Amino acid sequence: MAAQTPRRSLPRRVAARAVGHVLVFVARFITAVRADWRGVEPVARQRVYYANHVSNADMPMIWACLPAHIRRRTRPVAAADYWLKTPLRAFVGPEVFNCVLVDRRREERTEDPMEAILAALDEGSSLIIFPEGNRNMGDEPLLPFRAGLYNIGKARPDVDLVPAWIANLNEIMPKGEVIPLPLICTVTFGAPVRVAEGENRGNFLARAAAALVALRPEPPDTAP
Amino acid sequence: MTSQTTLDILLLSFGVIGLLTALTLLGEFLRARQPEGRADPVVETFMTRVHSWWAMVILLSLAVLTGEVAVLLLFAFASFAALREFLTYAYKRRADHLSLALAAFVILPLQYVFVGLGWTGLLAVFIPVYAFLLLPIVSALRGDPQRFLVRVAEMQWGLMICVFCVSHVPALLTYEVGDGAEDRSVLLIVFLAMVVQFGEFFDYYAGRRFGRRKLAPAVSPKTLEGVLTGIAAAALIGAGLSWITPFGLAGAAAMAAMAAAAGMFGSLVFAAIKRDKCVKDWSHLIPGQGGFLDQLAGVIFAAPLFYHVTLLVWG
Repeated sequence: MAAQTPRRSLPRRVAARAVGHVLVFVARFITAVRADWRGVEPVARQRVYYANHVSNADMPMIWACLPAHIRRRTRPVAAADYWLKTPLRAFVGPEVFNCVLVDRRREERTEDPMEAILAALDEGSSLIIFPEGNRNMGDEPLLPFRAGLYNIGKARPDVDLVPAWIANLNEIMPKGEVIPLPLICTVTFGAPVRVAEGENRGNFLARAAAALVALRPEPPDTAP
Repeated sequence: MTSQTTLDILLLSFGVIGLLTALTLLGEFLRARQPEGRADPVVETFMTRVHSWWAMVILLSLAVLTGEVAVLLLFAFASFAALREFLTYAYKRRADHLSLALAAFVILPLQYVFVGLGWTGLLAVFIPVYAFLLLPIVSALRGDPQRFLVRVAEMQWGLMICVFCVSHVPALLTYEVGDGAEDRSVLLIVFLAMVVQFGEFFDYYAGRRFGRRKLAPAVSPKTLEGVLTGIAAAALIGAGLSWITPFGLAGAAAMAAMAAAAGMFGSLVFAAIKRDKCVKDWSHLIPGQGGFLDQLAGVIFAAPLFYHVTLLVWG
């Protein structure tokens, strides 16, 4: 993937902005998505938001709940094989969400995903990443984190890594369903974490995961 | 809309706006009495509530002035927002996904279409009978029997409360007041909303001030004294508003008292549900008042009763 975003034609950019507004409106209409800024303020600082991943709607949801001025400077890191599959996805992913596309296929890829990610950070963008790598289908709150979050924190130690827990999406849009259910969705942003001096990968990832799980609200249903 | 009806709506709107202005000024006066740089949480809560009332009054006035379709859309959206909150806390499983989607995106709009078309027979049985039978079938076809009855019961309860009951407010539009002024039924919506809201307002503040005997201490702080004050206040306000209704002076007072009483017991029922589900507010969508359900609880319980008694006695 090219690290430098090519300049696109004006009508395409206008269309991308318009589709973005429609998606934000739909997300708000269905889920009344609300950002709960518990550990950080919603200010335009460079950050890497890392979130739990249970549904394809996760990324649009966290993107939609960011204030507009932050959203414009925030790029989700997403899988190239998913977002380049059809022309429509190739428009929505790279152009509407302005995704940083990375190749998940370890064997076939020609470019190191970290290069694209660090290039985006060096351009001044904030990022949204899902360190579990895949959608979590099990009963555990989180899958084990991949190394990416640690590598980012190590390579750019000045950037805050902000945990963001997205609640309820496994019920709003579980895997295999097409119609989203209208349920309230809350995204809770916690206090930032950074890789400490001399901290090893395992310890850091465990600490980052714990900071994310700590934001999880009590499961609403306590059915007898 | 006849000019007389429009005039009456405007008159009412200005009356309420005057009242809200007075409440806003009162709040600002209380704020100003605080020492420099300090804020009293009670006053601040009161002010966020007043601000939300402003928004509600402006929205309802505009909808009522615009006409029937705007009123229908307003209440259909209120139903949707309430159902969204209710289902968030309802017990559900993956197998209910399709039935819940049907409830929100098919049954809810259809109910409001029936209200709009004035099919009063169908609007009274559609959800209690046909949705009641259809949705469990859809859930059962997905083949998950675990806690099945709890799941379908909570789903049906959500539909009855958030869609069926709320739709009885705009259903008042189908009522014809007679003697050539059929559009005056829109004023009944304003009447219902006002007496229930004022009843709750007086119940809340009277209950805090001199409430002693709690109605159901494990469920809610509501007191007998607060409820009686609320009902009496609603009856007085209802009598004062009798000129916009076909009920007459005593009839308006009685209808207002009945609606306010039903509304207060509705709030009591919702307090029990919230205790059970361990939620304080249903959502954060209305600043100072929680969610749509927190706000609508009273009207939800009052609307069907108000609608049927209106039709029965003055139909």
